[in-house]
Amino acid sequence: MTAVPNDLDRRFREAAGSAGLLDVAYDLTDSPIGPLLVAASGRGVCRISFDPEPERELETLARAFGARVLRSPGPVDHVRRELDEYFEGDRRTFDLPVDLTPLPDFQRDVLEELIRVPYGQVDTYGGLARRIGRPRAARAVGGALNRNPIPIVVPCHRIVGASGSLVGYAGGLERKQQLLGLEGAILPA
Amino acid sequence: MEAVAAIPPFERFYDERKDEIFGYLIRLLGRDSAEDAFQETFLRALRAYGKLQHGRQLRAWAFTIATRVAVDERRRSAPVAEPPEIPVTDERPAYAELEHLAGELPPTERAAVVLRYGYDLSYDDIGAALGSSSEAARAAASSGVRRLRRRQST
Repeated sequence: MTAVPNDLDRRFREAAGSAGLLDVAYDLTDSPIGPLLVAASGRGVCRISFDPEPERELETLARAFGARVLRSPGPVDHVRRELDEYFEGDRRTFDLPVDLTPLPDFQRDVLEELIRVPYGQVDTYGGLARRIGRPRAARAVGGALNRNPIPIVVPCHRIVGASGSLVGYAGGLERKQQLLGLEGAILPA
Repeated sequence: MEAVAAIPPFERFYDERKDEIFGYLIRLLGRDSAEDAFQETFLRALRAYGKLQHGRQLRAWAFTIATRVAVDERRRSAPVAEPPEIPVTDERPAYAELEHLAGELPPTERAAVVLRYGYDLSYDDIGAALGSSSEAARAAASSGVRRLRRRQST
């Protein structure tokens, strides 16, 4: 069997991305908090994953957005660039559109509200629940954040417990602390 | 009831098929033309992928697309008259001894011979790849092999 030369493989992936034939393009990238998988649909960034296991991610992406999922760096270049700027401290808000379309209504409401929590500030689960008009749903808000498909850009790291404790983070508490540290966030005492 | 075979993410399909299809295109077209044909094959596959109803027979499907791309390419670059009908035999040739001659066959015979004896596809699948019947695929492979034998003996 003849292995496809790397250059030919790269050119195909590039052509597929620029021809707009993909439901989802993804790539892997390095960051100060470890390798990330970043993915974008035609509507915007749709997945950022810590400790990526591409095999499992591909299945999930294909189910949510369509089977034409391919590693293709071009369509996610801008995502990677904004993340780099963020990690270098040069970017406080993301200009990236996000694609939350496959999510249930409640989770989408939570995440859309979460995007409004500014850089360097924190809010609580209860606070976020109140802001979406569901003041008793703090626990459900926690569940919605735990399944946030686009961490960092949709800043679930900015939500902490009422006492100021970090509580939890799907990417691990250490990463939550690193992101809040990067942003210079001051936790409530 | 047979479970519907799930359609894998395109990345997986591409990753599993790319080397084999590239090798096949080299056999049909030679190294120089194989790269463009490879690109075209998988772009065509990608265009059609969203409309697939199931994930069965994706290997044969990939060969089908590659065959069509290669036949188009060969017809464009070097028109070859379709061969006359030749009686069918089903004797398996010592393909390895013949393959170096396959470049001289008309495109459909060449594809039929390579798919049958190089990749062990069924005549049903080869017929689908050539846009014809299983019988026509068998005839094309058989006449290709006869032609190769004649070349070899001259």
